Amino acid sequence: MGCEQALLASQSPGSVIPLLQEAQENEGFVSEEAIESVARRTGMPCSTVYGVATFYSQFRLKRPGRHTIRVCEGTACHVLGVGAVLERLTEELGIPVGGTTADGLFSIESVRCLGCCSLAPALMIDDETYGRVTPDSVVEILESYRKESS
Amino acid sequence: MTPVHEVRVGLATCGIAAGAQRVADRLQQTADAGRIDLPIKQVGCVGMCFNEPIVDLVDDSGRITRYGHVTEADVDRIVEEHVLGSRIVEDLQIDNEAFFGDQVRIVLENCGVIDPESLEEYRAQDGYVGLEKVLHEMTPDDVIEIVKASGLRGRGGAGFPTGLKWSFAAKETASEKYVICNADEGDPGAFMDRSVLEGDPHRVLEGMALAAYAIGASHGYVYVRAEYPLAIRRLEKALDDARSARLLGEGILGTSFSFDIKIKAGAGAFVCGEETALIASIEGRRGMPRKRPPYPASSGLWGKPTNINNVETLANVPWILRHGAEAFAAHGTETSKGTKVFALAGKITNSGLVEIPMGMPIRQIVFDIGGGIQDDRPFKAVQMGGPSGGCIPMSLVDTPVDYEALKATGAIVGSGGMIVLDDSTCMVDVARYFLDFTQKESCGKCTFCRVGTKRMLETLERICAGDGHADDLDKLIDLGKKIKQNSLCGLGQTAPNPVLTTTEYFRDEYEAHIVDQACPAKVCKPLIRFHIDPGACKNCGLCAKGCPVDAIAAADGGYHVIDGELCVKCGRCEQVCPFDAVEILTGKVEA
Repeated sequence: MGCEQALLASQSPGSVIPLLQEAQENEGFVSEEAIESVARRTGMPCSTVYGVATFYSQFRLKRPGRHTIRVCEGTACHVLGVGAVLERLTEELGIPVGGTTADGLFSIESVRCLGCCSLAPALMIDDETYGRVTPDSVVEILESYRKESS
Repeated sequence: MTPVHEVRVGLATCGIAAGAQRVADRLQQTADAGRIDLPIKQVGCVGMCFNEPIVDLVDDSGRITRYGHVTEADVDRIVEEHVLGSRIVEDLQIDNEAFFGDQVRIVLENCGVIDPESLEEYRAQDGYVGLEKVLHEMTPDDVIEIVKASGLRGRGGAGFPTGLKWSFAAKETASEKYVICNADEGDPGAFMDRSVLEGDPHRVLEGMALAAYAIGASHGYVYVRAEYPLAIRRLEKALDDARSARLLGEGILGTSFSFDIKIKAGAGAFVCGEETALIASIEGRRGMPRKRPPYPASSGLWGKPTNINNVETLANVPWILRHGAEAFAAHGTETSKGTKVFALAGKITNSGLVEIPMGMPIRQIVFDIGGGIQDDRPFKAVQMGGPSGGCIPMSLVDTPVDYEALKATGAIVGSGGMIVLDDSTCMVDVARYFLDFTQKESCGKCTFCRVGTKRMLETLERICAGDGHADDLDKLIDLGKKIKQNSLCGLGQTAPNPVLTTTEYFRDEYEAHIVDQACPAKVCKPLIRFHIDPGACKNCGLCAKGCPVDAIAAADGGYHVIDGELCVKCGRCEQVCPFDAVEILTGKVEA
């Protein structure tokens, strides 16, 4: 695709989601400026772009911590006790789901299903998947990230 | 023993999460160091997720020796004993027969066999032969007739006849038509489509090209979940390779047929599995469904005729064109032909991916292929179809996997999630879990879905908290039926199913919660309490040390007691007690 065509394509309404994804990829979240920029580039009102960003669970409107913990809330994980893991995790970090620790090291998010149900209960930290986690093993996992950053 | 010819390592998401990448790296290091002179090949999900990481050694005659739960240390043993010493490492070898014996592999025929990133390997398994045959020898109508005759029905859940669906879009005249592959696998507990995309991506592309030829489309989209980064990467590679080989793009295989595909990463919205919501999402809008008709076949993406099929549906098509409609229809029942892929998970021994001929009883899937329940606990139910489906109890476990037979139970074949539940699962909690899901995922357009699911969830939460009312069950069922009748799309029309099936088959559990304030499975926290059996307690104090709220203390009689007022019911005392002295009680406290 030539430069000019790429520019044209980026202006179509269909590119709102890919542009928001790109912004989040670059900054870690969708900032107010990013919403304004996407609106300018696609010719859509800011309110519409904001509406799209808040409709989809992928988009974060706040800056996340250095490591994002995604706890799987799929059916298999639910019946195999991810609830107790999540409870320990929030207790250990002192933040609820959706929160970021004061030192900016961790954020906790819940996801619908990571699709590795045979390893339930599962969670992801950044791009690494951890299977068959327990309330105790999750504390050890956190510790390894803390060590790495200190 | 014939020499080893090739080493395969399962590198799908599940395998990687279990440590398969480290095993593959170790094997590669061994090869790089010159110890073995063998290709180390990455393959997709073989299906035995419970044995990951899996390493297959293939000998010159094509025979496979399979090793499971392989660690980096095991790699050295396998190399030393099997590759160099020609002796099977028996304690690592796993048995295939029980798991694969009753399966029929059509969709998954290449998964775990070929390198998903190699076009050559897909072609060596007769990949793109179907497309070649069709483009040179058949008209679009011929293709539609074959797919109709095969009896293939949509594998995304609704079960609409695929050939008939194609014929609708084919009839339309328009300057542009689209084929969309729905890979927005949103059901929690389902990973069939992810495995196919990660293990055999060209198969899906070939299926799309065949659909495009049949309906006269020149552009296609794969709408895939953003949570599946590996699937997206492998699809991108497959697209590049197919374009270079003139299997996609302008003038495919030297004919006048042109078709190309773009990938659209979804952004996390369950409702986008619905056709019109998915189209809205590709167009860059909030993924909200609209009224049908007009159906996408006449007015879909950008107002043009559009055909949408699920990943598994499309993955069947190349096989059907290669082997013929009759060979496909030879599997299955009167109204449900071919095979179905299921993701077996939950309290099952052999969790993984299975492909079975339609018509197989659920009992055979769970107990023979799946190996029964973990720790030999009693089977309670199997949840099929995710948030749109229902729970099938033991009394109906002989129901065959067939669209009509399963519908009669209140559940559905669904997209393929099969979550097995045992006696430690609370059915009221399962219903609450699914309503929580659909309530949050409701797009908010229809009042019954938006508000109705909220009211149902509140009622279920109350029951789980021990505050149920005598008329709650009737109200749940009444509201559930109304939501089904008054919602626009499949999400709302099916959202009450988990509640309606559990109230029908597990009414006694609801009544125990409401009348006796008891949770028979001991799951619902407000209804349970922890207690130390003075007779079994040895006063070791481990429980008191582990208690995060200091609710446990030594009593005078030489045992520990739990202060119910302070206890947060985290269950840590039960986990740490070496004498099983901590018991969970439920029901009203005896005076």
